[in-house]
Amino acid sequence: MTADDIREAILEILSDIAPDEDLSDLKPDIAFRDQLELDSMDFLDIVMELRKRYRIQIPEEEYTKLASMQSTVEYLEPRMKDIEKS
Amino acid sequence: MLAMPTPRPDEQRIVITGVGLTAPNGDGLAEFRQSLLTGRSGVVPYEIRYFGKTVAGVCRFDELKYQRRKEVRRGTRAGGIGIYCAHEAVADSSLDWQNIDKSRVGIYIGVTEHGNVETENEIYLIKGYDYDTQYWSHHHNPRTVANNPAGEVSINLGITGPHYTLGAACAAGNAGLIQGTQMLLLGECDIALSGGVSESIHTFGIFASFHSQGALARHDAPAKASRPFDADRNGIVVAEGGCVMVLERLSDAKARGAKIHGEIAGYAINSDAGDFVLPNPQRQAECIRMALSRAGMRPDDVDIVSTHGTGTASGDIQEAVALRDVWGDSHRTAVNNTKSFIGHAMGAAGVLELAGNLPSFRDQMCHPTINLDRIDPECELAGLVVGEPRKLDRADVILNNSFGMLGINSVVIVKRYTGA
Repeated sequence: MTADDIREAILEILSDIAPDEDLSDLKPDIAFRDQLELDSMDFLDIVMELRKRYRIQIPEEEYTKLASMQSTVEYLEPRMKDIEKS
Repeated sequence: MLAMPTPRPDEQRIVITGVGLTAPNGDGLAEFRQSLLTGRSGVVPYEIRYFGKTVAGVCRFDELKYQRRKEVRRGTRAGGIGIYCAHEAVADSSLDWQNIDKSRVGIYIGVTEHGNVETENEIYLIKGYDYDTQYWSHHHNPRTVANNPAGEVSINLGITGPHYTLGAACAAGNAGLIQGTQMLLLGECDIALSGGVSESIHTFGIFASFHSQGALARHDAPAKASRPFDADRNGIVVAEGGCVMVLERLSDAKARGAKIHGEIAGYAINSDAGDFVLPNPQRQAECIRMALSRAGMRPDDVDIVSTHGTGTASGDIQEAVALRDVWGDSHRTAVNNTKSFIGHAMGAAGVLELAGNLPSFRDQMCHPTINLDRIDPECELAGLVVGEPRKLDRADVILNNSFGMLGINSVVIVKRYTGA
């Protein structure tokens, strides 16, 4: 998956776990938490959905890498480069 | 129960000042009542994973009326039903909700069971991952803790007083009302949101277990499937639903000029101490007599008995035995059954069935039991209202039965509030 594919995948996950939010002008370099109403249970949902959809395992100490879209894509790119876009 | 001497001071009298409900045949008391007076069933064809095709009472309320989509996704159906009913009850009560002290509001919600739906869903889901528990949701525990439905109401409405559920099998709806009444009498809260909820149609286990017990209703015409007291009844129709009532002390209700649906005149809960599933008519009769005694009433003072009858072979007979024991062959008291319309709404059943009868205080009509084509001779009841509603000479007192597995019996008596 390319960086764009990963961004799209994250947006899909966010639209499922935060269905009331408008994601159309999500800023890539600003923390999700500062733009969306997300709490710790929602972040665990992001981790769980990545595990379910792409079998990606994210160690607990690295959850902070999922702070913003930019940091998430940067963190996931090397881990998802061999995954075929579904 | 605390003593309820007559006349009691207004501070020791508990009244119903708001009703919020969702039933398979109506959202809100007006629509529900209309369905009960016009013979409209809420039982429809239904299919659930593993079990397959069956019938059930299914609610149609707008779950986004008081919750955002994210809250619906995170929470449980029971929580969503509780939230809907609580909001509707508060709206009906005309309480100045924004300005009342939320720390003085208590939430007491009855449930027959909770957690089956959510656990079955997770197991179904991890089956797709070869039962690897890494895929088990972190939402499982907050969804399945026993206080979940009441807790969701607390979070949604910003209520900081006590909240909990009451696990009382199918007596739970009455138990919620009784608990709220007691807490008001004890001064633990000033407003009690009391009632019961059921999400049971979303667990295949309930259907499968009743089926294995030979107690699940089946019928080619779903609306005819729930037929308490009929000779051809063949079991329970499982339903979802909910009803929450706003309870207050009469002194508080009067002070704010509240509309009063009725007054809790008496109540009782006892136990069979016998069988896991088979009811005991002697204990049921004792429970009814205890409630009557506490209300300072005789059987003939009751105008409507709202029966528990679920449509099982044995249960309906046992309740009929108990009612004949208390009322003899008196025709004075009308007897009806609401499950014949909506099926068995489990934790909501008791309070929902009581709610359906409350408008009798205004219109003096007693809704019937439907689907009773041929009475089971063992279920003969002198005052049974069959097929069509009956206009009563007097509708001042309703006695509501609600019984459950493991031998829990509950009775609530509500009387018309006359201003005296």
